[in-house]
Amino acid sequence: MKRASALTLFVLMAIAAFAGTPDMPRFRFENFTTANGLPDNHVFTVLVDGDRVWAGTENGLALYEAGKWKVFTPADGLAHRAVLSLALDKSTGDLWVGTMGGLSHISAGRIDTYTQLNSGLSNDVVYGVGVQGEYVWTATAAGASRLNTRTGEWSLFNERNAPMDEIWAYAVSTGADKVYYAVWGGGVLEYTLATGRWKNYTDPDGENELVLFKDQGLIHKITTSVSYVDNVLWVATYFGDSHYDGRNWHNFMAKDSGLPSNFTNQVKGLDATRAWFSTDKGLAYYDGVNWAVYRPALDTGKPEMYVRDAAGTITPVAVETAPAHNYILAVDFQGDDIWVATAKGLSHGIRQK
Amino acid sequence: MKSGFTNGGIRTAALSVGAAVAIAFVVLTFAVVAKAKPESDEPQYLSPYLMVASPDGRWLYVACERSNELRVVDVSAGKVVKSLAVGRVPRGVALSADGRQVYVTNTWDDTVSVIDTTSLKVTRTLATGFEPTGVAVDKPGKTLYVANRLSNDISVIDLASGQETKRLLAGRGASYLALSTDGKRLYCTHIYPKIGKVHRTPPESEITVIDTVRQSVIDRQPLHNVAGVFQLAISSDGKLGVAPQIRPKNLVPLAHVEHGWAFGDSLALFGEDVGGGVVQVPIDELDRYFAMPFAAAITPDKSKLYVSTAGSESVTVIDLPKLVAFARAATSSSVNDLSASANYVTARIAVGMNPRGLVLSGDGKRLFVANRMDDSISVIDTVGDQVVASIDLGGRKDLNSLRRGERLFYTARYAFQGQFSCANCHLDATFDSLQWDLEPDGFGVDIVDNRSIEDLSGTEPFKWNGGNPNMATECGPRTEKYFYRSQSYTSAELADLVSYIMALPLRPNRYRLPAGELTTAQERGKAIFERKVNKFGKAIPESNQCAYCHSGPKYTNQKLADVGTGKKSDRSPLVDVPQLTNVAYSGPYLHDGSARSMEEIWTIFNPNDTHGFTNDLTKDELNDLIEYLRTL
Repeated sequence: MKRASALTLFVLMAIAAFAGTPDMPRFRFENFTTANGLPDNHVFTVLVDGDRVWAGTENGLALYEAGKWKVFTPADGLAHRAVLSLALDKSTGDLWVGTMGGLSHISAGRIDTYTQLNSGLSNDVVYGVGVQGEYVWTATAAGASRLNTRTGEWSLFNERNAPMDEIWAYAVSTGADKVYYAVWGGGVLEYTLATGRWKNYTDPDGENELVLFKDQGLIHKITTSVSYVDNVLWVATYFGDSHYDGRNWHNFMAKDSGLPSNFTNQVKGLDATRAWFSTDKGLAYYDGVNWAVYRPALDTGKPEMYVRDAAGTITPVAVETAPAHNYILAVDFQGDDIWVATAKGLSHGIRQK
Repeated sequence: MKSGFTNGGIRTAALSVGAAVAIAFVVLTFAVVAKAKPESDEPQYLSPYLMVASPDGRWLYVACERSNELRVVDVSAGKVVKSLAVGRVPRGVALSADGRQVYVTNTWDDTVSVIDTTSLKVTRTLATGFEPTGVAVDKPGKTLYVANRLSNDISVIDLASGQETKRLLAGRGASYLALSTDGKRLYCTHIYPKIGKVHRTPPESEITVIDTVRQSVIDRQPLHNVAGVFQLAISSDGKLGVAPQIRPKNLVPLAHVEHGWAFGDSLALFGEDVGGGVVQVPIDELDRYFAMPFAAAITPDKSKLYVSTAGSESVTVIDLPKLVAFARAATSSSVNDLSASANYVTARIAVGMNPRGLVLSGDGKRLFVANRMDDSISVIDTVGDQVVASIDLGGRKDLNSLRRGERLFYTARYAFQGQFSCANCHLDATFDSLQWDLEPDGFGVDIVDNRSIEDLSGTEPFKWNGGNPNMATECGPRTEKYFYRSQSYTSAELADLVSYIMALPLRPNRYRLPAGELTTAQERGKAIFERKVNKFGKAIPESNQCAYCHSGPKYTNQKLADVGTGKKSDRSPLVDVPQLTNVAYSGPYLHDGSARSMEEIWTIFNPNDTHGFTNDLTKDELNDLIEYLRTL
């Protein structure tokens, strides 16, 4: 049976090679670990700010600038050494840092920290953070918090004032008109600025954690990540991923897409049709039709890239480098380059073509 | 028993005397107020604060905080030619590079008045953050920057649309701005130190550096052990910045004022001329202090630096090359030797009362000094460093009790060696955000946070231990004996000072909606503040209800209470119940300032529900309570 499957795959790949492989982005990955400046190999998140790259690790916040790493720790005023989330206020250049011990605000080297004790922050475990004008939204282990940076007012959203079945908010994505939360066990919450109202998206029948029929609704209510871009919502879960254009859902699972795994830590939409998926079995890119996967091979650990086209044909692409590890947690973009946070280092994907 | 009786008798007698003094004081105060009432129709005092000169040097535009005006002075004629009404309590003023627009900050209205210099009319009013003070306009005249004292930030306003486009994080009490000559950098100072992560650590301040092209903060020059930084100046070549500042000595007992400074009056020098970092140098002398350095002005040729010293009614003249050479040779970034000033201070020029803003003429030959308590401008010839003229700005000429009291409040002449005035700790009649170890309590005990002095009537007694039954006691023998160590106030002076302090108004509250109604969060918080039953349905003892101790129009029952926040170093756990009016502005909190935020009052310092019953509250309910408190 195994031999038959392998034969089928070989035939499909041969056909694909003959028909022409979709032209997907290729990268040369340069990897950073503790051996070359990172404070820790467990990299939870990454954020690009022009020429600068911020990496949130288990042991400090690292800034890569002019070829050197600088590390911020609680000794510098950071709320906690474990940095879970990052958000850039593009209007001011300030950085907001979600940690295991509170929320830090870095502005031109100054670090101010908000905790559940010294401020209105709902909980010190800040899984997600997003900036929306004068508001800073956080996803915490005890619901959502919103800080009005102009007045200092904190507004908390939880099971008492939002349709939040669970209060374990895992990620937040802000847009000009809406804010989306990925809530562990609670699906996706949508906040509309104009009305100040919440709406939740869970499984359509309300009786299961997962959607029963493909594209009927959110694929699973244990959500891990949201990305709101071009009025389209991308959602990641540990059981596959979803795309919602405000009218229709489209779901992706490993069995029917190019996803290398259903276990997705983060989804980051480039636009309404393209997105990057950080999974436990590699980094995946979806261009709206085709998929590409980048990773160290799960068996050999050797660099691996393959492309899956609309017909499901998989074509390997010869590569010499790969992200530092197949367990991917987050990505961000630097022009055509990509930065990848993994469980064993940070990778800089330098675009080749 | 006998001893106790005797002590009680003495206490009774003391109270009787105190009561008599208090009654006399009330009568006196009433008489002052009653007398002041018919005077209200007369011309007002002006209180010029900051000013700016037109590009051709012909006009001076002077923000007058008391009369709510911008006064325009014809420099050559030496007289006021126009008075324009602007918003409430205007302090900051800036001029566009082409001289066609003047911008005035209205600190009580949270606006900037835009004035056309041709028509001399207010053409627009722009919204800002809380208590806008300093203002600067970029070289192209497209962007306005406003330092907001109470929101601790800088508003960036697009002048084409009149809309604020962003806020930049500044220091606490952001107040003063200076633009580099090339317009590429903007510098901001602030009057309150950052609330430290650890209680009772040296105060930290900063000079916030803004890139006006990117419109973002690019650097923060740290100022260690500094609390209170004022109107800074940048040299014409952009290589030197000078920020007047005060350095408090609040971590040690405030004892033996005659043996060392309680405040050091100094300058923060920064920029290329001093190696790129910050060097702090004193302007005081070993036995004479020049209190409250407020504004700096650097001559175009960088030969001289002038500093207005608001508490000592003078302008300090500094040989700038000598100062720079001294700073470059300094082995420490903070020079504490007061004899150092002999190396670079060349003169002290007596000017009017409470000198504030400085303006140098374009050729550097004339220095104009705004005398806030005299309603005049001193004109100094910078060649001879002498006052050669005084420009009368107008306004009321006689000095009523409040004005006399105000002058007393701001002058350091009564303190030993002129070290400080009331206004050192109560900056612009507010507070300093510092915690002090005052000598009369004993060394190392009863650390006290400086309290706000707005709208004090009906909040007696004073001091955190409630030890002063009235303001006359607070400002009279206590001040003379423990603070000033010098000249006593006469009875008449004391009455004036007290009448001024007791008349200090409450600043507008920024957290109330325009019509005074409450937001839904504030309404919920009000219900918590006034509740009598906890969430378990049990009655909260009256003495542990928020609204019991914090009752009445000022939210104080004017009594002492033990709310469990006493420290081992406190002689008594009893504290005076503080008023809550404008409590949002005056952090840190508790009697010793140990709560860095209002949240910490309850999240850290109320483990046993002794400071109100709060441990049944959820986090969002506590937030609601705080939202309500901010409206008081």
